[in-house]
Amino acid sequence: MKVGLFIPCYIDQFYPMVAIATMQLLEKMGCEIVFPLEQTCCGQPMANSGFNTLSKGCDRNFVANFSDVDFIVAPSGSCVLHVKEHLADAQNPEAAEFIRTHIFELTEFLTDVLKVEKLDAHFPFSVGWHNSCHGQRGLHLSSMSELVAPHFSKPISLLNMVNGLQLHLPSRIDECCGFGGTFCVFEEAVSVKMGKDRIKDHEENEVEVIAGGDVSCLMHLEGILKRKGSKVRVMHIAEILNSQK
Amino acid sequence: MSKSHAALAAEFTADENRTDWHDETLWWVRQKRDKAVQQIPEWEILRQWASAIKEHTLSKLDEYLAIFEREAISNGIKVHWANDATAHNEIILKIIKEHSISKIVKSKSMLTEECHLNEYLHQSGIEVIDTDLGERIVQFRGEPPSHIVLPAIHLKKEDVSETFHEHLGTEKGNNDPQYLTESARTHLREKFIQSELAITGVNFAIAETGGFVVCTNEGNADMGAHAAKIHIACMGIEKIIPKAEHLGVFTRMLARSATGQAITTYTSHFHRPRPGQEMHIVIVNNGRSRQLGREDFRNSLKCIRCAACFNTCPVYRRSGGHSYHTAVAGPIGSILNPNLDMKANADLPFASTLCGSCTNVCPVKINIHEQLWKWRQVIAEEGLVAPSKKMSMQVLGYILSKPSLYRLIGKTGRWVLRHMPLLVKFKSLNPWYKQREMPEAPSESFRDWYKKNRRS
Repeated sequence: MKVGLFIPCYIDQFYPMVAIATMQLLEKMGCEIVFPLEQTCCGQPMANSGFNTLSKGCDRNFVANFSDVDFIVAPSGSCVLHVKEHLADAQNPEAAEFIRTHIFELTEFLTDVLKVEKLDAHFPFSVGWHNSCHGQRGLHLSSMSELVAPHFSKPISLLNMVNGLQLHLPSRIDECCGFGGTFCVFEEAVSVKMGKDRIKDHEENEVEVIAGGDVSCLMHLEGILKRKGSKVRVMHIAEILNSQK
Repeated sequence: MSKSHAALAAEFTADENRTDWHDETLWWVRQKRDKAVQQIPEWEILRQWASAIKEHTLSKLDEYLAIFEREAISNGIKVHWANDATAHNEIILKIIKEHSISKIVKSKSMLTEECHLNEYLHQSGIEVIDTDLGERIVQFRGEPPSHIVLPAIHLKKEDVSETFHEHLGTEKGNNDPQYLTESARTHLREKFIQSELAITGVNFAIAETGGFVVCTNEGNADMGAHAAKIHIACMGIEKIIPKAEHLGVFTRMLARSATGQAITTYTSHFHRPRPGQEMHIVIVNNGRSRQLGREDFRNSLKCIRCAACFNTCPVYRRSGGHSYHTAVAGPIGSILNPNLDMKANADLPFASTLCGSCTNVCPVKINIHEQLWKWRQVIAEEGLVAPSKKMSMQVLGYILSKPSLYRLIGKTGRWVLRHMPLLVKFKSLNPWYKQREMPEAPSESFRDWYKKNRRS
């Protein structure tokens, strides 16, 4: 199985360890990983700001990079959702269609395609789980508190396979952290307040780590944690699932 | 243009304790809603039905409106058509003047807020008493409602006490809710008894019967309509449902979505004037037919004004209704108001993280967060985004479409962050840094690591 690794731009630049963990984890599962070197960004920052028309260059570049694989996997629910919903290429409509239907967020790929049922992972820490909205409400990685529907969570099922991990859920199980792309700077006051409130909710459980499936949310929470001198760390789920004794 | 949502929200959050209180109060309402809907195993099916009934109705709106008018007239109701807010206000003023009336009560109607009826009548020297408790409170204070179901939710009991002391002469500093409510009740009873004309809103208008339904918790619509010799009900064209049998789908959902109650305390059905009474219905367009013509935004007209999207919205809860500077705030307001005035409300679709919770709580399944995204595209296309933002997006789009340029800028950016971090630490230029640290910049990108370690 040839898996094209899509590493969102800000992970490539600022959080290489998340990309490394994602790659190593998938390799452990027996996937053949390729990382197309000319990839950049999914185009979401422009599109969510109202300029979907300015993300066409990103779309073309994305299609050119990911046409020759069986699946595309990324450690980000948000970027995957954007590709699924908005990727278009007038010159290569079939290739774009293939990508839209064969791109997976990491935990959904592990659960639905690789059907992982056990993991050789060890992470002896107290972890709070942050549900990122686009992964949850967009990709349906877990049930949602608003709906009357059976309960499930792909990422939490995976975390439950990790030895030593003590999982804590915040009281508001799926409230947004306030990152929201450019919202985090154009609506700075509300964005930060939302982030502070998420952190407070996790702090009540005395967690050592806040984990999530989207580095963008975690980067925002990390910025607030560091400013207040907190010892709580943020980690992507790939890093935890890839941890061993 | 008034201040933007972002600026008004920054003012609101400046008082962090009050912001916490506002957030927690509305979150409590959201939790009550959750408990109520979890008790209905067929909740998601009801949502599906409600959505389908509304979509069907919108697809034949002209026909159902004509049927409704015919049936209402045959019931003895006088039907008026208003193409915009001004026409709506003029129709009401004309009825008032024809009867030389001065004592008017009004129960909650967001449509009359949208049309600024109170201000309009005030300019003609006519005072309207809002009889919904929350609306009366904000009316005393000269403020608009901050929430369509809970108009004074931004106020604490201490604020209400002060307002009532000033306007009703209640004891200074007495914050007892029972005492304050009792005082308002006595005050409003007097207004009901004296009133000659009552204005109400309409929650549902039923085409086949020509009747309409008004839902309140305080019974104030009934008190007004039953005491006055003239009843004017104001409704937007989207309030129609085809048949009486459809009503139960909506009444089961409205109060559960709004406050977690099984049903509103009063669900009043009006079909015809009582002997000696005059009953009017004003059917208002005010931009709704334009929205009906916008394919991407048409189904926003399914809204039944339950405000569940307000209560769940993490941005609304932390910025308050007044930060939306429109009659209908919250997520639904942010997709309705650009239709009314795109330029004045160009900021509203951006006052969201697109988290999608609004769409999930919506009882009629409006894809609110997707419409927020689509409005952003329309607003950008119309040139209503700040030029600086547009330019930064053009630059970003260019860099990210050129792999080698992206790598160069990434490398340079990380170098600057590591070696000259002060460059990005101007809080006025970098809003991220105001209350957040910058992410640490590694010397190597993942791509660098991959090339070194994995590329065969």
